[in-house]
Amino acid sequence: MTGALDPITLAVLAGRMEQIADEMDATLFRAAFNPIIAEAHDASHGLYHAVTGDTLVQGKSGLPIFVGVMSFAVKAIIDKAAADGDLADGDIYIFNDAHLGGTHLSDMRLVRPYFWDGALFCYLASVGHWHDVGGAVPGNYNPGATEAFQEAFVLPPVKLAKRGVLQQDIVDILMRNTRLPASAMGDLNGQLSALDLGAKRLDTLLEEYGGATVTAALNALSDRAEALMRAELSALPDGRWDARDHLDNDGIKDQALPIQVAFEVRGDRLILDFEGTAGVTAGPVNIARPTAVATAYVAIKHIFPDLPANAGVMRPIEVRVPEGSLLAADFPAPVGGYTETILRMIDVIFAAAAQAAPDRVVANAYGTINALSIAGKRSDGRPWVMFSFFGGGHGGSADGDGLNHGNAPISTATIPPLEILEAAYPVMFRQWALRPDSAGAGTHRGGLGAVYEIELLEEEADAFLFGERGRFPPQGVVGGAPGALNVFHYEAEGGWQAPPLSSKMLGIKLSRGAALRLETPGGGGHGRAGDRDPAAVARDVARGDQTPAAATAANGAAGQGAKG
Amino acid sequence: MSRVRGVDVGGTFTDVFVLDEATGKASVAKVPTSRPDQSRGFLAGIGADGADLAEASVIVHGTTAGTNALLERKGARVGIITTMGLRDVLEMRRRDRPRTWGLRGDFDPVVPRHLRLEVAERTLADGSIRTPVDLDAVRAAAATLLDAGCQAVAVLFANAYANPANEAAALAALRAVWPNDHVRGSAEILPEIRECERFSTTALNAFLQPEVSGYIDRLAGALSAGGFGGEFLIVQSNGGVMSTESACRLPVRTALSGPAAGVIAAGHIAQSAGFENVITGDMGGTSFDVALIAGGQSMLSPQTAIDFGMVVRTPMIEITTIGAGGGSIAWVDKGGLLNIGPESAGSMPGPVAYGLGNTRPTVTDANAVLGRIDPDRPIGGALARLDVAAAAAAIDAHVGQPLALSTTAAAEAILRVANARMAGAIRLVSVERGFDPKRFAFMPFGGGGALHTGAMLKEVGIGRAIIPRYPGVTSAMGCVIADMRQDFVQTINALTKALDTARLRVLLQRQVDAGFALLDAALSRFERRDIVVALDMAYVGQTHTVAVPLNVTLQAGRIAEPTVAEIEAAFDTAYRATYGRLLAGGARRVMNLRCAVIGRRPKFDLKSLAPMDGSVAGARVGTRRVHFSDAWHETAIYDRLRLPVGAEIAGPAILAQPDTTVLIEPGLTGRVDAFGNTILEPREA
Repeated sequence: MTGALDPITLAVLAGRMEQIADEMDATLFRAAFNPIIAEAHDASHGLYHAVTGDTLVQGKSGLPIFVGVMSFAVKAIIDKAAADGDLADGDIYIFNDAHLGGTHLSDMRLVRPYFWDGALFCYLASVGHWHDVGGAVPGNYNPGATEAFQEAFVLPPVKLAKRGVLQQDIVDILMRNTRLPASAMGDLNGQLSALDLGAKRLDTLLEEYGGATVTAALNALSDRAEALMRAELSALPDGRWDARDHLDNDGIKDQALPIQVAFEVRGDRLILDFEGTAGVTAGPVNIARPTAVATAYVAIKHIFPDLPANAGVMRPIEVRVPEGSLLAADFPAPVGGYTETILRMIDVIFAAAAQAAPDRVVANAYGTINALSIAGKRSDGRPWVMFSFFGGGHGGSADGDGLNHGNAPISTATIPPLEILEAAYPVMFRQWALRPDSAGAGTHRGGLGAVYEIELLEEEADAFLFGERGRFPPQGVVGGAPGALNVFHYEAEGGWQAPPLSSKMLGIKLSRGAALRLETPGGGGHGRAGDRDPAAVARDVARGDQTPAAATAANGAAGQGAKG
Repeated sequence: MSRVRGVDVGGTFTDVFVLDEATGKASVAKVPTSRPDQSRGFLAGIGADGADLAEASVIVHGTTAGTNALLERKGARVGIITTMGLRDVLEMRRRDRPRTWGLRGDFDPVVPRHLRLEVAERTLADGSIRTPVDLDAVRAAAATLLDAGCQAVAVLFANAYANPANEAAALAALRAVWPNDHVRGSAEILPEIRECERFSTTALNAFLQPEVSGYIDRLAGALSAGGFGGEFLIVQSNGGVMSTESACRLPVRTALSGPAAGVIAAGHIAQSAGFENVITGDMGGTSFDVALIAGGQSMLSPQTAIDFGMVVRTPMIEITTIGAGGGSIAWVDKGGLLNIGPESAGSMPGPVAYGLGNTRPTVTDANAVLGRIDPDRPIGGALARLDVAAAAAAIDAHVGQPLALSTTAAAEAILRVANARMAGAIRLVSVERGFDPKRFAFMPFGGGGALHTGAMLKEVGIGRAIIPRYPGVTSAMGCVIADMRQDFVQTINALTKALDTARLRVLLQRQVDAGFALLDAALSRFERRDIVVALDMAYVGQTHTVAVPLNVTLQAGRIAEPTVAEIEAAFDTAYRATYGRLLAGGARRVMNLRCAVIGRRPKFDLKSLAPMDGSVAGARVGTRRVHFSDAWHETAIYDRLRLPVGAEIAGPAILAQPDTTVLIEPGLTGRVDAFGNTILEPREA
């Protein structure tokens, strides 16, 4: 318990330990060669419990989805070390197996036991999205995969370093299994440097304060986080609220896949039960159980953004993931499209939680990353691949309208400027604009989605899209209306075509002058549209965010007065 | 005609630094900043020493007028004319969000959607024109925007960096019909790839133009009326100065003018005193601003966001800000953890001890309760005295009772947590740039920094600190020191193998000629003219560029043509220095050409600020009870400005001066160096 520690030392140590994780983040961002880490910050670092693997402290700059998923990577190492019985100071483990560590195979996880005074004190971990880890397609985004083997090469937990000695044979295996060894080596070195810096900073901290004090502080911080979470849950009414939404399909079979949650508050506890969710699929919209649990954490932290990022927050929360569901897929089910599935999990958690706490919860964001690839050869024979994700609207909240054209709740990555894309690839954006009438109406409407129309400037190219929300729009909450559906078209002979599976299609053939057109969803609305301030409706119409007809249809009397 | 005056208008105080170039003598003044029109405080400050304005040769101004106009959204009604299909770039940003967690908050750009009009035109990335601009559509858009009451118009065309012809044609048509000269094209302001950043910078420039030029005109008018016949210059965010004409044309370059000047002065002071590597910490009312100077050079960042979505891309002195200033509020959260900030009482109402209505304890209140600030002589002179009892009561109520601590222990706790946050910022700024902070000296400035210096040494493990003689007016001093500087950029976007070096030379020559023309037009004398050229380069496939310094030679005004071999070798050197290795066989790309043209203004000898005489005994003015960590110490107080060169004061001690308080904690020694700076070190060292 927390009794022994004075509040000043606790406050100072809380800051110092957060700093260690932040400095580890900064070390890798600076060192990484690969822009996915250096610019999109698709990486994370933290300190984890020596026995349970629970998150003690995590850096603030990494991707949101890693808050929560990292402890599973550490737990996998704890289990392995227990089975092998050979954990030693100076060891560093490495693996990318998503069925053990969550997310997808591109995320390379390094875990290092940290010893103090001859005993295991905690674990340090680093995860980063490598540019390429083998598999069937460069960059590892393979929407046609039906097994993990087609997504990437799979590395189970192995020792990258033994007692401080780097195992060159492991490095050699890694470098032989990537199309971009220089990039991978840069990332590996950056991750090792981050772990080194973390260990060095912990040495200083422990020399200054002693192991007992730091342990007491870590325990106290987890206990406090738990107390904060329990206080938040106690303030909610007891009860059980259900929400159900769907994935359009798995990209192979045209069948909607239900994602369902029951959000049950019992006193100061919360149960999230995903019973009723579809079973494992052939296509890559499965996720591993660790990913599912971590996603629940991400949703909860969005609802209670001021809670600290440590495992104490999750103690009062039970996440029930049904066996055999696509949320608990076993190896080697493909998981490459995991982003779509976890976005839908967050959506249903919000939709259910909003019934319990209307003011605390925002409506659904656009809910799909829309992975789009266009590839071909230039006239001089050089190959090119443009691979990007696209934005959409955020949900309305009790505070105000949703953000127009935001990034996904699981990410903080930005989109490249269109001039960078046009300079790098033979394409031209005919349109890069907000999408009027895409927002879900509400007292506070959702943010607008976007329209991107991309014309090919070379003779021919192949494209694929892996998106969602083509059939089930982002939900409003507390009576708010849903946002618009995701809409995708491509130009071919005979004009604009739509894919049979709505937002997923492989092998789209483009010829010079033909275009792809992606219209992304807006966010859902918050509160009844009829209660919207007529001045806000008039402003939306004056700015062209909403057409007069749509304003009248959506807002009833409030929209009547609005003139175009 | 030999006096140079630097005037820095901050949130609380307007500081003036006067240098007599003939005698080398300097003087300082501090007056309250006037609101909302800062020009009144400016004029009061500049006349504070009673000197005749006619005697001033140069007046240099660091201003927050532009920053405030952006933050408060008080700018012109701007219209935008842009490429068909791209009207929303400004509002779509780079698909970011205000905060990582919570998914709340939206964004209103300074130009609303209905004032952003599209016209048919399109330039491709290679500079070829696919669709010529429809000038009738441009004129029709101008009429619509004028009808809507727009005072300024910005033309934002895709790929205008690669070929500005369409944009230029549209601007010519617009200038024929637009009633004022507030007409700007994106390639005029920033001919650099990345439409979101270029459009935002151009739109914000248009937004600021009427506001900032009005402010500068008012000041210039008042200065002439006061008899001033010299040169009036404005500090830019890059730490250099520019003419008022340039400032009115490119007001967006003043967005971080005030803090930049302080870092420039800090660099000069540190270098004069023999410290090439310093980390500066400017502690004001609401924030702690950290900047890093390595090898005598302050870091420049290529852009900043003034607020969410309000991106300004123009070189700026890199300053990292955390919400831990003197006015930052201490509070205990629901989990029982003590926090400092980010909420701040600012300067109005300010700390509880100011007695102006705030009842929640601040960092300054903790300093007051522990005796670290003299309650009878608050800095700045705006208040008669501090209400220490009220500060103690607030600390008790909001921190002491919830944490079961005595008033003194609670005040110590506030300082420890605040110090830990500031130390964290120093460490993170260093690590992010690849430096070990222990190899740097720390230089506090601003009103509050010198109170926390000892804590920074201890927390970060820095060996010594250098406290400038006038830490409270460092930004004003920076105005006097800053060079005249213009930055230019042009996107090239070519592989080194295919680089047209003759064209590169012509582009660079144009930049240099434009920079020299601005220096020629200035009244100031320059000791030297420098050209600093760098190429933004990367391997093909990478988006992160490395700044590659390029040595250029100039003969009779003509730039020599750089060779591809020189450029590739320079890239390898810069790349290896950044990443520690090269990519074998990787194709190299030149993204941008950057050039800074600098007119070096004469630097004054900082020794002129040093004390001429004085004695330790004579400077000692009394003692006060001050609390350090766990006990009260009867602490000697010195009048800092009366200490002689070479004086050594062992802690605990306090060095008082009108604009700041220097705290020498037990175990530290303060030594007055040849320039009047105080060097703070652990006693054993």
